Amino acid sequence: MDAPIRAREALGFILFSLLFSICRSSSLNHLLISNAERRIDLSSHIVKVYLTLKVENAGSTPTSEVFLSFPPTQVDHLATVEALVTKGKRKKTTLVRLDVKPTELPDAPNDAKYFTIYLANPLKSGESTTLEVLYLLTHSQEPFPAEIAQSESQLVYYRDSALILSPYHIKQQTTFIKTPSTKVESFTRVEPSNRAGTEIKYGPYEDHPPYSFSPILIHFENNSPFAVVEELVREVEISHWGNLQVTEQYTLVHAGARHKGVFSRVDFQSRPTLNGASSLRYLLARLPPRVHSVYYRDEIGNISSSHLRTDSRKSELEIEPRYPLFGGWKATFVIGYGLPLQDFLFETSDDRRYLNFTFGCPLLETVVDKLTVKVVLPEGSKDPSAVVPFPVEQHLETKYSYLDVVGRTVVVMEKKNLVPTHNSHFQVYYTFKPIFMLAEPLMLASAFFLFFVACVAYLHIDLSIRK
Amino acid sequence: MATMPASASDLLKSFKLKTKQQELLIRVSILCLVYILAFITRLFSVLRYESMIHEFDPYFNYRTTLYLTENGFYDFWNWFDYESWYPLGRIVGGTLYPGLMVTAVLIYRILRFLRFAVHIREVCVLTAPFFASNTTLVAYFFGKEIWDSGAGLVAAILIAICPGYISRSVAGSYDNEGVAIFALLFTFYVFVKAVNTGSLAWSLASAFGYFYMVSAWGGYVFIINLIPLYVLVLLITGRYSMRLYVAYNCMYILGMLLAMQIRFVGFQHVQSGEHMAAMGVFFLMQVFYFLDWVKHMLSDTKLFQAFLRITVTCAVAVGGIALGLGMVSGYISPWTGRFYSLLDPTYAKDHIPIIASVSEHQPTAWSSFMFDFHILLFLFPAGLYFCFKRLSDATIFIVMYGLTSMYFAGVMVRLILVATPAVCLISAIAVSATVKNLTVLLRSKNKVVQTGSTKGSGGSKSSSKALLDQSQPFQKNGAIALLFGAFYLLSRYATHCTWVTSEAYSSPSIVLAARGAHGNRVIFDDYREAYFWLRQNTPQDAKVMSWWDYGYQITAMGNRTVIVDNNTWNNTHIATVGRAMSSYEDEAIEIIRSLDVDYVLVVFGGVTGYSSDDINKFLWMVRIGGGVFPVIKEPDYLVNGEYRVDKGAAPKMLNCLMYKLCYYRFGEMLTEYGKPPGYDRARGVEIGNKDVKLEHLEEAFTTSNWIVRIYRVKPPNNRW
Repeated sequence: MDAPIRAREALGFILFSLLFSICRSSSLNHLLISNAERRIDLSSHIVKVYLTLKVENAGSTPTSEVFLSFPPTQVDHLATVEALVTKGKRKKTTLVRLDVKPTELPDAPNDAKYFTIYLANPLKSGESTTLEVLYLLTHSQEPFPAEIAQSESQLVYYRDSALILSPYHIKQQTTFIKTPSTKVESFTRVEPSNRAGTEIKYGPYEDHPPYSFSPILIHFENNSPFAVVEELVREVEISHWGNLQVTEQYTLVHAGARHKGVFSRVDFQSRPTLNGASSLRYLLARLPPRVHSVYYRDEIGNISSSHLRTDSRKSELEIEPRYPLFGGWKATFVIGYGLPLQDFLFETSDDRRYLNFTFGCPLLETVVDKLTVKVVLPEGSKDPSAVVPFPVEQHLETKYSYLDVVGRTVVVMEKKNLVPTHNSHFQVYYTFKPIFMLAEPLMLASAFFLFFVACVAYLHIDLSIRK
Repeated sequence: MATMPASASDLLKSFKLKTKQQELLIRVSILCLVYILAFITRLFSVLRYESMIHEFDPYFNYRTTLYLTENGFYDFWNWFDYESWYPLGRIVGGTLYPGLMVTAVLIYRILRFLRFAVHIREVCVLTAPFFASNTTLVAYFFGKEIWDSGAGLVAAILIAICPGYISRSVAGSYDNEGVAIFALLFTFYVFVKAVNTGSLAWSLASAFGYFYMVSAWGGYVFIINLIPLYVLVLLITGRYSMRLYVAYNCMYILGMLLAMQIRFVGFQHVQSGEHMAAMGVFFLMQVFYFLDWVKHMLSDTKLFQAFLRITVTCAVAVGGIALGLGMVSGYISPWTGRFYSLLDPTYAKDHIPIIASVSEHQPTAWSSFMFDFHILLFLFPAGLYFCFKRLSDATIFIVMYGLTSMYFAGVMVRLILVATPAVCLISAIAVSATVKNLTVLLRSKNKVVQTGSTKGSGGSKSSSKALLDQSQPFQKNGAIALLFGAFYLLSRYATHCTWVTSEAYSSPSIVLAARGAHGNRVIFDDYREAYFWLRQNTPQDAKVMSWWDYGYQITAMGNRTVIVDNNTWNNTHIATVGRAMSSYEDEAIEIIRSLDVDYVLVVFGGVTGYSSDDINKFLWMVRIGGGVFPVIKEPDYLVNGEYRVDKGAAPKMLNCLMYKLCYYRFGEMLTEYGKPPGYDRARGVEIGNKDVKLEHLEEAFTTSNWIVRIYRVKPPNNRW
């Protein structure tokens, strides 16, 4: 599986360098988008945008890079961009993932930011291909009014453009926006546009030149709780005695419209649908199967409101914060659990070991502003290296746990602005000699031995000065 | 070198233990088991609930311990706490006994040094059981010192599971008493050892034990009064000796100097009325010594008698004048209220309502004696009998300790704790002596048959043998029956102790547990829900007003500033809060604004039937408030001397702030099937004022079972 990717990367790199030298700027002009369809899903607080682009090479030279452009305000909230291309014909279509990387272009109008999609096969002159692009935006729905009372529902603004911002000429484009409910206060009309049920349709628009932009503002009801983890520290501790201990420290905040005035328990209990509709009552965490000794607590002790459901494929932990979270309310808590080591730790052919574990936050439908993953390797392990599918900041630390003498190496990885799609696997490779496993039991045994020797010695030696 | 078989048999012989070694082995293993038992029997609460701090005061201790671990000793010593007693603040370093915190941090540091990655909370939770285990060891040695090693072992077992001690030393009850009982018993043991041996080293050890006790608990006053009293009794009974002189003087002088190092105690040893007895006895000792010397020098008894009369009169006169001058000039402070209330149980009720309002300061009921001591209660007099039969310096001490502490235990519920070690030791003497006599009876009978009487056994043995010879068969059966009876009683004791520990003393009182309709356990975690809400969702500098009971918990768990807390040092401040709670809302808001309060917290049990809530404590708020501010009068809240919250309640009661805050919007609530809305389950009545309107406060948070309700103080309206 590894080899084809390498080959493709290498191929892509060669092509890229070739193209870069030959037609750096011309590649922009030679492409055009014959048909674009955009679907924006606003049903949760994470904005999901599916973009289907039919790209045509109208130039004379083959090209393998396609640029996506975003307004600077969106780039700050952009959590992830993925591009897929369909391969094969009819029923046997498979989606192939393409490389996407942020790029700087010198003559970007209005500070537009770019991402480059590297096609697997260069697009020859006159050919066309269909790209599926998915990108997720966080913190992009602004609550308005910014403060609501308990009985009010949460209204938000979403800002975008009716026309797709693109460095290419777009022949035809349509945008569908899905709102969570039929309650839409207002939306900007850019003819032709209409609304039916929970869908607002912009378009079709014909023949728009590059960098066309037409701002729209949608004001609608979104009562899904805006669960944002401001900071998450995940610590994965490997014990070669067969256990993988995971500790996750959350700082959770409801990032929706701030709660204003009274919190009435009577109303909240008697009319739960009308009162605190946007409040965050519980969270669902999806944990790996065969999880054991799960705990859920905070600084002041155990939180008794949680349920664990396990089956052979997954475990689900339903947790309730101590109190329902209204807009602006915070809660910090810790989840910890143990996992069998053999599910996650493997050996490579060259006698190295590696941990294969998920990177992101196990809570569903949450945004993580800052995630720190710490992998605590057993004492005595050497040469750690981490392989993560996306760019992260890395450094090493030392941690002292039970009976440690030299300390354990900790691989620390940090990343900002995460969404559930970041829950992919990462690997940490290291070397470890099994003899180190015996160090701590031997230490304990010798301590007890010395203690008993001291006792025996004390009983047999007369220490008194006088006889 | 001998031949092979001989050396082999030597080897075998050397493996076979001698009787003395066997005895040592059994004793050590019993002690180890008792040590472990004392620890694990206190872990019920951890297993039932979780590893958490219990009750009220331990939360303050935990908070200070956290501060000590984070900031080091000097910052701790100089800590001025802005988060309590707003706006006065509290000099924490100078107003607490640091022994407990320092001990916990020391254990924590040692464990950390040995690379045990424990959290300070775990150390705090397990400090009390650890010290309880240590107390069993001290009890063993103490018992050995005053009677014999058998009595020591029995004492260790009895104290390991005695409910009177367990009540204050379960895991999580991180309170001063947890280490103080260890320190108390240790000091006494070492002092008795010093009196028995006359050794300076033991006396020095008792001075250090006393220092540790002073640093740990205000109950040290008991030591500094009991020991002089004991010395006085020895002097009166003519048991004065050089050993006593060495033991007491060294202990008193060094102990006093060491105790002065504790800021909270300071110069009290020379300035306060409670400590004067010790000083008086100290001077008396010198007079005795001097007289002894004079007697030694003078051969003429008549002359000595005359000298004695003059000296004693002079000494008493000088002492009396010094004391009188000290009292008049104010150099020696008079006895404090707490001390008075010990000597006169009715004193607090009339003069200091704040002491009387605490449930653990009430006089003890007979049932709680039975509950906490069980069979020890009637083994105690038996033990006293044995002690009197074999009077020595040590038994006189334990008798005095037992009798005085029993008196104090009768005055205040919480002082049962102090009496427990004495009761256990004296009962252990009874058990051990009885069982020993009985077994001697059983075993020596065979010997009588085989070898006749053996010489050299103790006096009691020979006397029992004399009895035995007269009516052998009946005696033997009787002894067996009595032995079984004793074991039956002891096993009942063990069962009772375990039951009491698991049912009564292992609930953390922060988390409430109840049985649901289907027999399942329902947990009410409302306190922590509210405190955590405060911690997370209020401004960092918010001031919370509540009754003083919850002060420590709010600062420790909620991390917010409180107006009053469980360190009830300022009665006026507490009375101000009491006054605010018992005034009408528009009067109360003035007080609330003047105290700069942002949130008001009340505890309400009307939904769950939780009876120790603020409505039931309300009369104490009225009393304490009225004690300082005569505007508040208790009869205004009562109807014909009766306290009620239903329609027949007093109008002032129905409209005071506490009533409004507790019952706000409660009139709409259906609490129990078949009852009208607004039915208060804690008091079993329908409330009298269902239409509660709040003008200056608004509901900020109510926990899921309504146990804690928090109100926000609205900002004043704009003037235009």
